[in-house]
Amino acid sequence: MIDQQIIEKLEKIVGADNVSTSRQELICYGYDATQMEFLPDAVVHPSSTEEVSAVLRLANSENFPVFPRGAGSGFTGGALPKGGGVVLVTTRLDRILRIDTENLIAEVEPGVVTEQFQLAVEKLGLFYPPDPASLKFSTLGGNVAENAGGPRCVKYGVTRDFVMGLEVVLPTGDIIRTGGETYKGVVGYDMTRLLCGSEGTLGVITKIIFKLLPLPEAKKTMLTIFDSIDGAAKAVSSIIGNKIIPTTLEFMDYATLKCVNSRFNLGLPESGRAVLIIEVDGDRELIEKQAARIQEIIAPLGLVECKIAKDAAESEALWKVRRLVSPSLRDVNPDKYNEDVVVPRSKVPDIIRVIEKIQAKYDIPIVNFGHAGDGNIHVNVMIDKSIPGMDEKAHEAIAEVFQAALDMNGTMSGEHGVGLAKQPYIHLELKPAQVAAMQAIKAALDPNNILNPGKMFPVEK
Amino acid sequence: MNNADILKRVESELKKCVKCGACRANCPAFTAFGKEPAVARGKLALCQHLLKGDIELDDETYLAMSKCLLCGNCVDKCPNSVPTDEIVMVAREALARQRGLTTFHKAVGQVIQNRSMMKFGAAAGRILGPLFFKKIPETSGLRLRFPLPFIGNKRHIPPLAKKPFLERHPEVIQGEPGKPRIVFFVGCMTNFCYPQVGEATLALFRHLGCTVIIPKNQQCCGLPGMSGGDLDTVRNLAEKNLIELERYEADYIMSACATCGGALHKFYPNLIGKRHPELAARLKAIADKTVDASQLLHKLGLKPEETGAGRDVKITYHDPCHLKTRSIISQPRELLRGTPGVELAEMEGADKCCGLGGTFNVYHYESSMKINAGKSAAIIKTGAEAVATGCPGCMMQLSDGLKQAGSSIKVIHTLEVLARKLNKRR
Repeated sequence: MIDQQIIEKLEKIVGADNVSTSRQELICYGYDATQMEFLPDAVVHPSSTEEVSAVLRLANSENFPVFPRGAGSGFTGGALPKGGGVVLVTTRLDRILRIDTENLIAEVEPGVVTEQFQLAVEKLGLFYPPDPASLKFSTLGGNVAENAGGPRCVKYGVTRDFVMGLEVVLPTGDIIRTGGETYKGVVGYDMTRLLCGSEGTLGVITKIIFKLLPLPEAKKTMLTIFDSIDGAAKAVSSIIGNKIIPTTLEFMDYATLKCVNSRFNLGLPESGRAVLIIEVDGDRELIEKQAARIQEIIAPLGLVECKIAKDAAESEALWKVRRLVSPSLRDVNPDKYNEDVVVPRSKVPDIIRVIEKIQAKYDIPIVNFGHAGDGNIHVNVMIDKSIPGMDEKAHEAIAEVFQAALDMNGTMSGEHGVGLAKQPYIHLELKPAQVAAMQAIKAALDPNNILNPGKMFPVEK
Repeated sequence: MNNADILKRVESELKKCVKCGACRANCPAFTAFGKEPAVARGKLALCQHLLKGDIELDDETYLAMSKCLLCGNCVDKCPNSVPTDEIVMVAREALARQRGLTTFHKAVGQVIQNRSMMKFGAAAGRILGPLFFKKIPETSGLRLRFPLPFIGNKRHIPPLAKKPFLERHPEVIQGEPGKPRIVFFVGCMTNFCYPQVGEATLALFRHLGCTVIIPKNQQCCGLPGMSGGDLDTVRNLAEKNLIELERYEADYIMSACATCGGALHKFYPNLIGKRHPELAARLKAIADKTVDASQLLHKLGLKPEETGAGRDVKITYHDPCHLKTRSIISQPRELLRGTPGVELAEMEGADKCCGLGGTFNVYHYESSMKINAGKSAAIIKTGAEAVATGCPGCMMQLSDGLKQAGSSIKVIHTLEVLARKLNKRR
């Protein structure tokens, strides 16, 4: 598919140093956090919008697929070159172009690492809230393409809610701008929102204009332990029902708690059945009041223990409990599927109970934690792929978990996207007419189906 | 036998990598090269493919594996604690078996196996000199650990000691009864380039009444050999060091070099112990006793107001990777803060690697200095008069970077600050 002639043309566009074809380099751009692997035929590292455009024009004329890739930290295979073709890496486009403190906006290139951007705006007293777990290494381009979320979304919203405008290279190679720098703007379709979460199938994002907020003065972290999952869930709805929106409401179920406690010996109380890490932010006085009010609200809900951080170091210590979850899961089983269903927040205990039943039915350990405040639960199906039949069972269990979330008016995925991993299940959530509408958009923008083909929608064989 | 098969030793560790990408945030080599084969995740994927046999131990594999500073930052921050540093060393061993050691690493092997540390500098000069160091003074242990082929005069080299540290003192310096007995593992850089670090270390532990034992026949820790995949040489050195370190009953084995300490504490048991079960228990015993000098001074309750610098000085502190990844972070800082007159000004990214990475610096000097550039800028920005650190390797790299940035900021070992009064007294 990719012959020497095409390689030479690619080299002319991005420079020979920025085209890789050695088997070693191809291997290194063939994986992501799904641990699936597909080898591309070439990897290109463009450094400008024009180079991206030229690569896509060449792809159309020579008819080869192009797979945009940021840090390659996705959980659904969105950046994987299934079927072969050219991986287009955006990490050389890594400049923060401007931070406008008067209009509270910033313009960046897609390869900027999320945390680097956050630190840069925070130096100026500004705030970019979206905080996917991968923020130390994921790129903003990837965050927009996958519409990444994170713990703080309960108060501030997801990546999409901060994207005001984009520069995009369409699959044909045309360069367009969407949205802009103004909060208001109603001329034409809202292409910006269409592109957020489009998983690299509708265009390559080359510039992003973000909305920023003033940096909150302070934050306060609480680690609260309940004697039942219902108590914790009731706490979530009561806090919000009392008109307090915490920055984060992170939840860990009993299975998670057991994992972390036994591996790291944290001395959490034996009677604990669920944990909530609650954080509030804002003016110093306000958060003290909010924290006190939250304690009042949750006290009668089977609260076993409530630790309140007095300073940043103590806050860090409380968050450590959450951060130790992933490493400790490996003690359960070596392999895992990390799903991220969402249900309306009042249904969190219901979905946990259903998952417990599914777990018993298939005899597979399932560990749940995540963002209780917005009903987004990370369902970790822990398996050992070397045990025959276990992988198949896991897929059946996952399908049941998805269906349960949908039955509660939820969704299969709050943050991770579809990519390749959830493709087989998409029909559970989307009706044929919905899929057809989406595919019509894809076909209109990408007539030769060269940009990230074979993703999201089921591929007809 | 296929040389890549030796990677089977680390197969279970390789499987632990879930390709999450967290290493991208913590890898100095990735900062410099920006491409995935330079980062831990990429190298681990290549090792997996080497085991499958679908790539070769060829130039491309060699290049990828050379882009690692063995700093351990990725291991420290990996959610699954995959020991990439050790895996890379095994991969380098496979490469060395397949392709033969490079001329450079052959020379390194010859030098570091020289029986006597006393003759070590001379040997370095004799063997490495004609090969690489025409323009640099001869007889340098420095050339062993941080040899600098093809770099010319650009690199700043610390002057060599007239008399190496190990030739200056008797083997046993008796302390007060009931006080800890400490074996001092000196290391090449301290012995040949920074003997004042050795003097400061000795003075501080004597001040505390400790008995300090400096075995004359101690060898190079072997890390330069490890980094080249010459693990047979490392085994020989480890065995010789074992004999020296076991010779005396001691409460602690102490090093003032982060790298040597790291080798004894971590790489000896994990890398050599696993390959040579007959040495494993002994290596483990040594590793368990190994401490860093600043860590031990802190533990033994050194009062820096009794020993440290009297005049006002603003100092910043650089975390050596091989201290930081052993959780030795607060101890040197607390000791510095407790020193009269010392104002400790934290730099941005104090825990970022200086970019030396032992022999990484030999093959990728430009990239090494690219990693270092941010470090120099951060040091300069503090307005400090001096930067203190706990690793002679870092000291050399920091000096080089600062000199090239046109700065006159001094680079000193933490213990030199702590011992300033003692040294004046002598």
